[in-house]
Amino acid sequence: MSDKKNWPLWEVFVRSKNGLEHRHCGSLHAADEDMALENARDVYTRRSEGVSIWVVESKHITASNPEHNGELFDPAHDKVYRHPTFYDLPDEVKHM
Amino acid sequence: MKNENLYNYILGIADNSLILGQRMGELCGHGPSLETDIACTNISLDLFGQVRSYFQYAGKIAGDGRTEDDIAMLRKEREYKNVLLVEQPNTNFAYSIGRQFLFDVYHLAFLEQLQKSTDLTLSAIANKCIKEVSYHERFSSDWVKRFGDGTEESKAKMQEAINDLWTYTDELFHQTEADKAMVAEGIGVDVTKLKEAYYKNVGELLEESTLEIPESKWFQKGGKNGVHTEHLGYLLSDLQYMQRAYPNMEW
Repeated sequence: MSDKKNWPLWEVFVRSKNGLEHRHCGSLHAADEDMALENARDVYTRRSEGVSIWVVESKHITASNPEHNGELFDPAHDKVYRHPTFYDLPDEVKHM
Repeated sequence: MKNENLYNYILGIADNSLILGQRMGELCGHGPSLETDIACTNISLDLFGQVRSYFQYAGKIAGDGRTEDDIAMLRKEREYKNVLLVEQPNTNFAYSIGRQFLFDVYHLAFLEQLQKSTDLTLSAIANKCIKEVSYHERFSSDWVKRFGDGTEESKAKMQEAINDLWTYTDELFHQTEADKAMVAEGIGVDVTKLKEAYYKNVGELLEESTLEIPESKWFQKGGKNGVHTEHLGYLLSDLQYMQRAYPNMEW
């Protein structure tokens, strides 16, 4: 019974307008994917924040371990040449 | 008043949304979960938004300076024209959902027809409201299905709510004098024509939810003519408190 009282957690991704990517905006509880979508609509798009919603149950997300941050992320810090900052972007290219 | 029938007709439509909006708003902070709490208050705000459009129009028709707030807040119980269904209390969440569902199915069919009104303001309001109400109907029917097809307890509670509220459904299809006059002018919706499809749609959803369609053939009526159940007075005392305690206050 207890698992019926505690709905699983879902992560919500909202695309704010066409052409942009879905962005994580928060989480919520719902009994299944249909309810998760409706809840996401009511909780996260009530002020016209979006044109599309994705939901995924949180348990399906695999996260990196913070203890491994050193070996995962630090080596990138001194490799500035990997950033595409040495090009001039035309004004027409938005959202880079 | 020159256009008294039109004025009364608009109030008949708007009062349903006003009273149901107040009922759903009562759940603010009391919903069964944070997510459903927000969903219910969203529905409430949708309905209040619709009410504003209707009352602003009604105020213009009255032409004596009365505002949307005057119409919403300063009438007496007998002057409210909402159906009895929408004033029924939030006995438990199954009742709130059952009330919403039984009204939404009607509301959606009603707005579909009101879009065709020869009164351009009313058809424009209907056009705007119908998207909101389509979502309400989806939300409430989903929950009826969840409860009906859920646990033994949820099914029993949903069935009890439907059985109790059933007696208020027939009134949705009664015509007032204002209704008849407005139908004759091509402005109003002939609600008697919505009845058959309503009971068919509601019946199908109840069957899908493994719930029984109540057999009762005895129905309550009176709300449309201002004769209400005892619940409306308490609701209005909440709704009107600020305007009664601090006359003419503005937000």
